[in-house]
Amino acid sequence: MANSVQEQVIAQEPAGKAGQSAMSDFVPTKEQTAFQRVISSQPFWVTIALIALVILMTAMEPSFGTSENVANVTRNFAPFGIMALGMTVVIITGGIDLSVGSIMGLVVIVAGLFLTWHYPWYIAFAMGLFSGLSCGAVNGFFVAYVGMPSFVVTLGMLSVARSLAVVFSANQMLYQFGPDAPIVKAIGQAKWPRHGPEDWAPHWIPELSSQFWTMVILALIVGFVFNFTAWARHLFAIGGNEEAARLTGVPVDWIKFQAYLFSAFTASIASLLLLGYNGSAINAMGQGYELRVIAATVIGGASLMGGAGTAFGAIIGSAFLEVIRNALLMAGIDSNWQGAFVGAFIVLAVLLGMQTGGKSILAASLATLMPKKSR
Amino acid sequence: MPVLEIRRVSKNFGAIQALSDVSFQVERGEVVGLMGDNGAGKSTVVKTVAGNFPPSDGEIVVDGEVCHFHKPVQARAKGIEVVYQDLALADNLTAAQNVFLGREIKKGFWPIRVLDKQAMIDRSAALFRELKSETRPRDLVKKMSGGQRQAVAIARTRLSNAKLVLMDEPTAAISVRQVAEVLELIRRLKAQGVGVMLISHRMPDVFAVADRIIVLRRGSKVADKETGNTSPEEITGLITGAIRGE
Repeated sequence: MANSVQEQVIAQEPAGKAGQSAMSDFVPTKEQTAFQRVISSQPFWVTIALIALVILMTAMEPSFGTSENVANVTRNFAPFGIMALGMTVVIITGGIDLSVGSIMGLVVIVAGLFLTWHYPWYIAFAMGLFSGLSCGAVNGFFVAYVGMPSFVVTLGMLSVARSLAVVFSANQMLYQFGPDAPIVKAIGQAKWPRHGPEDWAPHWIPELSSQFWTMVILALIVGFVFNFTAWARHLFAIGGNEEAARLTGVPVDWIKFQAYLFSAFTASIASLLLLGYNGSAINAMGQGYELRVIAATVIGGASLMGGAGTAFGAIIGSAFLEVIRNALLMAGIDSNWQGAFVGAFIVLAVLLGMQTGGKSILAASLATLMPKKSR
Repeated sequence: MPVLEIRRVSKNFGAIQALSDVSFQVERGEVVGLMGDNGAGKSTVVKTVAGNFPPSDGEIVVDGEVCHFHKPVQARAKGIEVVYQDLALADNLTAAQNVFLGREIKKGFWPIRVLDKQAMIDRSAALFRELKSETRPRDLVKKMSGGQRQAVAIARTRLSNAKLVLMDEPTAAISVRQVAEVLELIRRLKAQGVGVMLISHRMPDVFAVADRIIVLRRGSKVADKETGNTSPEEITGLITGAIRGE
């Protein structure tokens, strides 16, 4: 009885439906090898592009490959790399954090104020960090627990944190830092390895900044967490299918909250390092940085739809943007063009990463531009 | 002792009476088909048993124990697993990662507790073998066929050794060949002594695997028949109301 009924339905199955699902019936016969996975990843191709760009620039501009310029470039992109790590965590959950630049402004002013009031440097840094984390907690609370769109919440924070920075600083630049000023400066301007008569490093090794090393350490930690912890597994699951993660018992709200807290943490660290490097605090610090950080993250292969992203990609994306900027400067192109390039690269990176109905964007747009009939 | 017993359960949402006075049982290793038109109360039954909300009246008894579920986690702790219609899988993760989502195996000591990936891959490979599915633990779910996705969702229920699996429309929106695969998976569950409640619109699928068919109409149970003693025509009549039920 049961069998005959089943056969009946097989005969009745509308042809169209069977045809549609024929695509998804296809299963690749072999598992992807590790090599294939690397080849098909965006960070890999960005790395190739970066290496090509560096080789090209070194050949064309003798000053590009010098150890001074390498130290410069790595120092310049380190704060972006640090923040891109935080942004990657947020973007993996399918959210976005537009407030990182403003959080930097608030953190530098709060820390700067405590320094001008002659507090020890660690109190000043702790207060700066606290103000940054508070912003992150507010973002996280409204996104995760109230359920508001991250775009709206962090856009609000972008405005609020910047405004607080201006108010707290009375719109003044802060630079009279009291007794701990040298320590703060030493933290921001520290380098390793050092050149010089009593140090071991030969001249061709660049003197890498404390900002760069902070970025490397953070990237290693984030990379480890992404690959080996359940927390990161849950983070990716939330980005892939938030409802599914919730149904399987993943603490979705708590993890999303932590993501925004971590993003604010990285912005605070970047801000404090720059405070030390500059030796002064201005409330405009970090203005427009959110765009560059998001661009670096997306170029590094994080998906704005959520569910994808790597620590390595965040760093490579930041490096790529900085090398482009540096190359443009050396080529004598007006630095005001930077914005245009950064914007174009965001669109390009998203475009290349896009998948429409299983086809790459190139194949899909070709099919749209030239429908079968007209070909 | 039945694995699940529903005793005179009613559920109303404000003025809307979604279920009135529904009673039935599911035995171990029994597949029960739950049928009814849209709005007949099938989903309400599933959500009540799965712990999404408590019934307004009546009792849910699991293994002879009266339970009051307020959250899905509580129902899961009693051995009730749900395979949702959209399967509740994260596309960007692999089969093994999905099977273990929310209950990952870890190794090492605090504070460095890392994932034991190999153990999870081995265990899910064993589960897929048990289900006689060709799903590979390392494959991404987004590259899988509908049948394989079902296998992943069902493997997840096997992980916790569920006593009762609720399946909401498992054969909707997949191809003929995959339907056969999913029905085979249901038979495997049955063979392992798991009670299965199959909620479906598709009459032939229900007739192919169910031991018993329960028909709901406008929130009431109108029929509870052995599959062998009824016919698709009769069930259709009961669903539409052309045939009066009990």
